[in-house]
Order: sequence, then structure tokens, then C-alpha cells
Amino acid sequence: MDSALIPKGVKRAPLWQFILFLGAPGTVALWGVYAMLLCWFKGLNQTNMNDAYGFALWIWADLAVIAVGGGAFFSGLLRYIFGKDVLKSIINYAVLIGFICYSSALLILAIDIGQPLRGWFIFWHANVHSMLTEVAFCLSAYFCVLTIEYIPLILENRQIDKVPFFHKLGHNMHEIMAVFAATGAFLSFFHQGSLGGVAGVLYGRPFGFREGLFIWPWTFFLYTWSAAACGPCFTILVTKITEKVTRKKLVKDDAIEFLAKVSGWMILAYITAKTIDTWYWATVTAPSKGFALMDFYSNNPFYGIWILIVEVVVCGFVPALILITAKGRKNNKALWTAVILAVVGVCLNRWVMVLQVLAVPVLTFENWVMYIPSWQEIATTILPVAYGIILIAVSYRYLPVFPHEAELNPLEPSTAPEPESAAVELPVEPGQGLIPAEA
Amino acid sequence: MKKDKRYGMVIDLDKCTGCGSCMAACMAENNVPFREDESNKLLSITWMRVYKLTNGKPFPETDVCYLPRPCMHCGGQHEGHSPCVSVCPATATDYSLKTGIVSQIYTRCFGCRYCMASCPYHARYFNWWDPVWPDGMEKYLNPKVSPRMRGVVEKCSFCFHRYQLAKEKAYIQGRRELAEDEYQTSCTQACPAGAITFGDLNNHKHSVYKDKKNPNAFRLLERLGTNPKVYYISSRAWVRRAGDNYLRNEAKPAKAVQHG
Repeated sequence: MDSALIPKGVKRAPLWQFILFLGAPGTVALWGVYAMLLCWFKGLNQTNMNDAYGFALWIWADLAVIAVGGGAFFSGLLRYIFGKDVLKSIINYAVLIGFICYSSALLILAIDIGQPLRGWFIFWHANVHSMLTEVAFCLSAYFCVLTIEYIPLILENRQIDKVPFFHKLGHNMHEIMAVFAATGAFLSFFHQGSLGGVAGVLYGRPFGFREGLFIWPWTFFLYTWSAAACGPCFTILVTKITEKVTRKKLVKDDAIEFLAKVSGWMILAYITAKTIDTWYWATVTAPSKGFALMDFYSNNPFYGIWILIVEVVVCGFVPALILITAKGRKNNKALWTAVILAVVGVCLNRWVMVLQVLAVPVLTFENWVMYIPSWQEIATTILPVAYGIILIAVSYRYLPVFPHEAELNPLEPSTAPEPESAAVELPVEPGQGLIPAEA
Repeated sequence: MKKDKRYGMVIDLDKCTGCGSCMAACMAENNVPFREDESNKLLSITWMRVYKLTNGKPFPETDVCYLPRPCMHCGGQHEGHSPCVSVCPATATDYSLKTGIVSQIYTRCFGCRYCMASCPYHARYFNWWDPVWPDGMEKYLNPKVSPRMRGVVEKCSFCFHRYQLAKEKAYIQGRRELAEDEYQTSCTQACPAGAITFGDLNNHKHSVYKDKKNPNAFRLLERLGTNPKVYYISSRAWVRRAGDNYLRNEAKPAKAVQHG
């Protein structure tokens, strides 16, 4: 029924199957929307946040999706600025994943503020000294960049492309995409860094506070670096999951391997810097405020030293060492393990830098405060995941997200539908794929 | 040239009995909202909160200290760089270089709660609900203080409306300077034991100027560099030590234990 919209040279599931597939994420999304409306209409009393936990699950989710969404800017930087053509195969998908991550972050932020209708005050009454102001400006600007990067892909849809104006618009946008990639990298450097600065500048919170360079605490640089390092791992992970779900090879191995290799070295550099930062903080910064390292990791039911070891060793050095070796990258299981660990690691880092910062008692006569999110917080945090699945599914079905899909999955003549009634035109010559829609 | 004011407080913990008058006076003066069930203190709004500390020792060496905690109106390491003021993205909280008071602009706050995350004293509170006053109580609200709506942060203002009122009165009378007793916070006036003194920390005619130099005076979490304007006095060493964090090898006594 929708075959006229499906890209040429590829096979898609029947429409009824596709709609059925959307049922599960659609239901979850509705649940999330219901929770979101509750929060908007009844207020943040719907959450389990309190005066000790002004920041909680949502801020973590924001930081985490922005970190893993870093794959978009970093892949764009490699592809368009450093000219790594090998990434042609995956760049569209990296942009789509980034778009989902950043739109999700903005949505969560819109729920997370006590007076949503005043959200624009952050721009109107901007305090230039606040890290959050920089986050808001750069994040919004970068979301616009991602939208501009995503639009050409939408314009590649078979029917839209038939309209001469859209065809030319898409073509011209491709021509200047390097400008947007550079802008995206610039903006990302600052907002990823500012997100690191959010906790790093809290000199009243010794667990989060870091010294730094000029106005930027070390976490500023660590966050940018970790997003650039672990973001591509998330891109690889989502690509691998998509390949599993579609039961197709969608991206060429050399693209995955290249991205994994760069990511591996980036993670190694990051985790080495993170280790040095932790060492300095534990031996110099925190003691100067009267805190020993173990003060931050004891006398509470959850935050033990294990969390630091898991973050730095298990989810830091281990994936880095796997990914920097050719053997590790080429072994499918090792690759899966490494990208999952790297993604978990960066998310865990964001968790401790939000939640643990607030959990640690600072006044000597206060105690640790623990927090369990309410169902409304969980539902609204899962909402972006459901939304992401839906947007990926729709984009995959109707847009040439993977330019080498047809080449990697040549259709058997017997499975080819009639050209006039279906989306597929056969045969596809080897090497001839979809028209690359480089985002 | 006259120095700018630095309003601050000195609280004598040896005098404080923990009666809670300061808390009650503060709530009444500042229209602080409350709910039917106030048992969860993590959701209660208490601009002034009295902590109960003990030295953690068994009877008969047990010792108790009550510690009232308003907003510390931190100046930071360079004046105005308070932990909360520097992070607020919408300039909804401000540090006055004329008075040293940290203000909160309720109508500008959009409820991101970054200031709460930044405050090590837990002196900032979020309005998780809209205020609901018992029948007829609206008539008893202080007309000089605007009640806050759901979704914004609030905190102790050192009864700033009283400062404004006193300044207006002085202006009409052709004066520029306020006498010490012209501007006092409600908690100061309500304390039956006279444990709280309030005034200009820069003015040698004010009691707080002298009291802050008491050898037993200390401030909470000074090592963080928050530079608070609330001083405490205690003749008991364990109480003074409880004001900050120390490493084990710094040979400080055991930390105090908070109850309630």
C-alpha cells in the first residue's frame, strides 16, 4: 500500500507487519505521554524528587542521551572535515540517532522544569556565568543543526524527491553540509563541555567539584572527550541492533571497524585522563575540603567504591583495549561487548556526576539521601526510547538511511515485486546502491 | 567613602534551646507554605531550620546542640560568586553588592533547581505544590511578602522586605543610614533566648561586628570557600568541629550526629 514511498532497490516488510511492529513502542510512548501530561498539569510533585534531589533521573537521562548522541557530531567531523569517506555508509544513521537523542533531551528538559511556560527565560534572562545557560544555547543551536542535517535525508524520499524544488534543495544542502558539520562540532564541544561543567563548578559539592583551566573545570573537557569517544560506540550499538532486528547487513564492515578503532583510541585517551583527574581529585581537591576518597563511597546502601571501578576499569579500559586491537574489532562478540560497556560506562559517569553528587552529605550532621524514581519519571524517561524506535523504524522504511543497503542485500529476482506495483526495481547491479543521502 | 553593608547573623548556639520560635516566626513572616502532612522533611519548606546535633557519646557524656540554619547568603571567594547565584541560568537569584543579601526573584525562576544542587547547606527549597492555606488564613498572610507558586525555588531572604520598609522610612525622614534596630529579621526578634543577633557585619557599631570576632565563632563549611554571612558561636569544641569536614589524620574529634 505504501510501496511508492519505499526506497528503490530494497525490501521492506508488509505494511500490516510494520504497523504491528510499531504497536509496542507506540504503547510505551503513550504511557510516557500520559506521565508527561501528569507532570505538566499536576507539577513535579508527580516525581520522587525532593529538596535533597533537585536533580535526578531526568537530568541523568539528559546528560546520558546527549553523551551517546555525541556520535553524530564526531562522525560528522570525521566524515566532512577530515574527509573520512569510509563513514558514508553510517553517517546518515549517526545523524538520525543524534537527532533522536537531542530532541529527546529537549523534551525531557521541558518536562523537568518547574514552570515549563517560563522555559524561554533561560534565553531571555540569560546568566552568562551559568553552565546551564551555555548548555541551553548550544544545545538548541545544535538541535537546529541536526535538523538541517536530517532534512536532506527526508528530501531523499522517493516521492518528495520527485518534486524539483525539493530535489534541488536536498542537493544544495548536501553541497554545504561540511559547514553544518563544522558548526555542529563547534557547538557540541561547548555544550558537551558545559554539561560537564554543570557538576564541575559546584564548589559547594566536593564530590562534583573539579579545578580546571580558566573558567572551565576539568569535567568540561572530560565530558566533551567522553561524548566524542563513546558516542560512536552508541552509533555502532544501535546499528548492530537494527541489523539484528531487520536481519540484514546495513553498514559496511570497514565503516564499523573504522569508527570502532577511532572510538577505542579516544576511549583510551579519555579514560587515562579520567584516571588522572580522579587521582588528583581524590588526593588533592577533596582532601583540601576535608574529604577522604572513601567518605564518598561508604556509609550508604548503594554508592560503594565498586561504582568507580566499574566505570573506570570495566567500562573504560576494557572496551578501549578491545577496540584498539584489530582482533577485538573484527570479533563480533568482542565488538558487541566493547560497545555495550563503553555506552554503559559513559552513562554511569553521568549518573554519578548527577545523583551521587547530591547523595553525598556535605554538612557533617546530615546523612546520605537515597532516591528511587517514581513511575512517572521512569515512563517519561523511557518515552524517548520508544520515540526513537518509532522514528528509526519510519525513517528506515521510507528513507534511504543506509546508502549501501541495496548493495549489501541484493534482491533475488523471485522476491522482487512488480515494478509498477511495488517499491523495488530490479536488478540492482553490484556496487550500485541507493543514491547516497549524505546527511 | 562608607563601606557597603554586609548584613549577616551571629547565632550563639550555647543560648539556643531548640524551641523553634525562629522557624515559626519565619514561616509566618514570609508566608512560607505548608501541607497537612509535613512528616517528610525532604519536601517541607523551612527557610529557617533547626538541626539537633549530639556528640554521639553515650550517657552521661551525651551532649546536645540545636543549630538554626537560615540561608547563609554566601559571598563566595570573590564577592558575589555565591554557589547558587553563579549557576542560576536565568538570573533569578542575585547577590547584592550593597547589602550582601542573596535574593530570589520568584517570578523569574523557572524551576530548574540548579541552585538547589549547588547549595551545600540545603537552604533552598522547591515548591513541589501550589500553596494551600487553611480556610481564612489568607487574611493573615503578610501583605509585604508575595506567596510563591508551584514550580519555583525559594529561600530565606533575611526578611528583605523589612529592609526595604526601613529604607523607605529613613528616606522619608531624610536619612541614608539605618540604625541597627531598624532592620532586624523576624527570627532574630522571635528568639526568646536572644541567641540570634543580626546586623551589618561591616559596621563596628553593630553587635554582629563584635560577635563575629569571638574566638569561639565559626561558620559552616568554611573550607569549601562559600564565605557565608552566618556565624555561630559555641564554647563546645565538638560543636565547632561539627561545622566543617576534616580528614581523619587531621586529628579532629568525631563528627556530630544529627537527629530529626
